[in-house]
Amino acid sequence: MPVAILKKRRLIPGQTSELTLDASHIARKARPGNFVILRVSEKGERIPLTIADTDPQAGTITIVYLVVGKSTAELETLEEGDSILDVCGPLGKPTHIESCGTVVCVGGGTGIAAMHHIAKGHKAAGNRVITVIGSRCEDLLLFKEELSMFADEVVVTTNDGSCGMQGFVTDGLRMVLDREPSVGEVVAIGPVPMMEAVANLTRPYNVKTTVSLNSIMIDGIGMCGACRVVVGGEVKFACVDGPEFDGHQVDFARMRQRLSAFKPQEELSWAEFRRLRGQEA
Amino acid sequence: MDKKPRKLAPRTPMPEQPAKERVKNFSEVTTGYTLDMAVAEAARCLQCKKPVCQIGCPVEVPIKAFIGHLQKGDVTAAYKAIRETNSLPAVCGRVCPQEVQCEGACVLAKKGEPVCIGRLERFTADEYAARSACEQLTGDKACPMIREELKVACIGGGPASLTVAGYLSTLGIKVHVYEALHEPGGVLVYGIPEFRLPKAIVKREVQAMTENGVEFHLNWVGGRTITVQDLFDEGCQAVFIGVGAGLPRFLKVPGEDMTGVFSANEYLSRANLGRAYAFPEYDTPPFLGKQVVVVGGGNVAMDAARTAMRMGADKVSLVYRRTKNEMPCRLEELEHALDEGLHLEILTNPVRFAGDENGRVTGVTLERMKLGDPDEAGRCTPNCTGEYFDIPCDLAVIAVGTGPNPLLLEATPGLERNRRGYIEVNEDTGETSMANVFAGGDIVTGAATVILAMGAGRRAAKEIARRLLGDDAPQDVPPLHGGVPAAQD
Ligand SMILES: Cc1cc2nc3c(=O)[nH]c(=O)nc-3n(C[C@H](O)[C@H](O)[C@H](O)COP(=O)(O)OP(=O)(O)OC[C@H]3O[C@@H](n4cnc5c(N)ncnc54)[C@H](O)[C@@H]3O)c2cc1C
Ligand SMILES: Cc1cc2nc3c(=O)[nH]c(=O)nc-3n(C[C@H](O)[C@H](O)[C@H](O)COP(=O)(O)OP(=O)(O)OC[C@H]3O[C@@H](n4cnc5c(N)ncnc54)[C@H](O)[C@@H]3O)c2cc1C
Ligand code: SF4
Ligand code: SF4
Ligand code: FES
Repeated sequence: MPVAILKKRRLIPGQTSELTLDASHIARKARPGNFVILRVSEKGERIPLTIADTDPQAGTITIVYLVVGKSTAELETLEEGDSILDVCGPLGKPTHIESCGTVVCVGGGTGIAAMHHIAKGHKAAGNRVITVIGSRCEDLLLFKEELSMFADEVVVTTNDGSCGMQGFVTDGLRMVLDREPSVGEVVAIGPVPMMEAVANLTRPYNVKTTVSLNSIMIDGIGMCGACRVVVGGEVKFACVDGPEFDGHQVDFARMRQRLSAFKPQEELSWAEFRRLRGQEA
Repeated sequence: MDKKPRKLAPRTPMPEQPAKERVKNFSEVTTGYTLDMAVAEAARCLQCKKPVCQIGCPVEVPIKAFIGHLQKGDVTAAYKAIRETNSLPAVCGRVCPQEVQCEGACVLAKKGEPVCIGRLERFTADEYAARSACEQLTGDKACPMIREELKVACIGGGPASLTVAGYLSTLGIKVHVYEALHEPGGVLVYGIPEFRLPKAIVKREVQAMTENGVEFHLNWVGGRTITVQDLFDEGCQAVFIGVGAGLPRFLKVPGEDMTGVFSANEYLSRANLGRAYAFPEYDTPPFLGKQVVVVGGGNVAMDAARTAMRMGADKVSLVYRRTKNEMPCRLEELEHALDEGLHLEILTNPVRFAGDENGRVTGVTLERMKLGDPDEAGRCTPNCTGEYFDIPCDLAVIAVGTGPNPLLLEATPGLERNRRGYIEVNEDTGETSMANVFAGGDIVTGAATVILAMGAGRRAAKEIARRLLGDDAPQDVPPLHGGVPAAQD
């Protein structure tokens, strides 16, 4: 059953949008940390996107995506009232949320949206939630207002210093960790290099660090092994054992290599898509 | 009158695309009998008093009767006879390991020339569908109206569930099928390649069920989107679990997580479910390899190897730890693959994969094996020799078996499981440790065959019908004979 797009918000025009989907069957079960796998059209690829928010009463879920290739570009062509052909979920293990005092949730780029749902879950569980978000410049910053609505503190970093402190999210995180002696957990979601940097930063502080791995997926129900990642020397399936893992145990180097397995085909696919739509690269 | 004993004509061969041509395309390898060929092949059947062939079929297709109709050229009657017990004849005719089932049991098998039962079954189903596309809609449909208050759910949309749905819907029971993927059919759509089982055939069967009132809920994950308890809360009187054994096993050797080393499920899902062979028309990218190694000796390994050939590999080597004689794949698949140029590396076992600085696989080290004594099942165990050699590869596919699909099981702790992790059921009814929850197919037996999954579905469906319909349920409950399961490693 195709799933209708009830609302579309262009967060960064042409790059990042937020879609509110009419999917009560997913909304009533979705927990922070879950994701969906969707297929935009009949010839499309199955791609995973995090559930950034849910409204069980209204029967809706929210997804936020960054346009990086053919499938996300095709998704971006859809408007309110259009439908997504297949949406499957909720998938993945929900975030393990326990009351642990202070939690620092770190988000980079589109990862901020994914982190939003988890931060909200921690707040609901009674934790003190500090969020650290970052992007290249102020215009590319997502969810600042949404996070301020419930987070105890929102630390903003931009590479060019156009908003908040200048630097990377790791700089913001270091500041928080130096200041706060009793951080129970750090959660980091964003590009792989960012999550790796966060894990490296927190290691000497000895703080539990959770990252959300965005490996390549097909079925999302544990049947293909495409999503396998090495954690603590063991092979895990990100779709059913994760996507969240102990950041101090993840083999990020292997993860990066596996993510680029299909680079030439992905580039071809996107170029072809732009050519057909009359957009030159 | 000629008193000489009737001489047995040889088996009527099935026309096929020449090997040189077919390795370049994904069209079906065998092109099917004509009516004349089918009638000629049917004529070879002796119409035995005791049709032993039927004992070899896990769903007891009335083989003698349907072939009898074909001898007279009556395709419609033949089709109806098959459909009495088999809801997916076009599929079974193509994928059953007939040599160990119906054809293995046929009296003529002793002479090595059994009636081509599978091919005739395929012909009947295809010919009937072609002739009667409209007849099917307007003709004598004896199915009762669907009674919405009688509600049954199936989790998983493979052959086991489809059989339950097909059977119960013809009795007027409303069936909802919940499938996690975006297409129903299970392994028939995500695993078995187009060139062996065209997807259009599975679609046709599913379409027929939809017309019969079966409702398909695609992209619904049992245990996540909906639980067994939810289904009962929504008014279902019985739930059938047919989620298959899709968890891929790996070899657990060094280098196996390298880029370019795939599980057969991923490799085949890309090609089949994602139609990666038609990339970039379809978006799912294929992984192209020139020197390909496939590990395993079952149907899955054969399908992966033949898919790689069609995707332009220069050389495809099948690495198998026993010999050709022990391979559990269908005989026809091995023959077809060898004709297409498959290279066999028998009596070898991978011990490690090597890769370059980018983590891409570049080769595999194999250990030579030798056959030892037969195990409990009568298969010789492969033993190590301590001799190693390397072969280069830029794509490796692991097809050494699968385990039970975990998602639904984890979410349903009330289901008792056996030592191997599969669902425990009552052999006669298919009922699990939870009342009115049934299970069948690979999730009960471990990776087996389409027809065994269908047999299990049929058994459970009969019990469900008995409970829901009481005296209105069909009374004929013949004992079921198991076929010979073919292990998939
Ligand atoms: C659990 C999970 C949650 C995610 N959540 C989000 C999210 O909330 N917002 C967001 O913008 N992105 C998210 N992603 C990443 C998103 O799935 C990819 O950006 C998307 O698949 C890219 O597809 P494409 O065709 O547009 O680009 P492509 O050109 O196909 O790929 C660009 C890059 O995306 C990755 N990718 C490609 N195909 C897949 C695939 N089938 N599965 C996963 N990754 C792939 C690869 O690293 C690739 O190099 C998530 C990924 C995972 C695994
Ligand atoms: C590549 C390959 C080739 C084969 N070739 C042959 C052959 O030639 N002949 C033969 O007889 N047998 C063959 N087999 C074996 C045969 O296909 C299986 O034994 C048979 O399909 C089992 O049927 P099933 O209904 O039990 O499960 P499956 O066909 O595995 O179907 C299970 C379905 O359940 C879905 N599912 C899983 N988990 C969930 C969940 N939580 N919620 C909802 N849905 C879920 C899956 O997506 C899948 O669609 C082959 C198998 C493979 C993999
Ligand atoms: S074993 Fe398979 S091919 Fe043979 S009669 Fe039964 S269903 Fe048909
Ligand atoms: S056993 Fe063989 S010859 Fe006899 S009825 Fe069956 S198919 Fe015909
Ligand atoms: S995506 Fe297939 S196993 Fe995880």
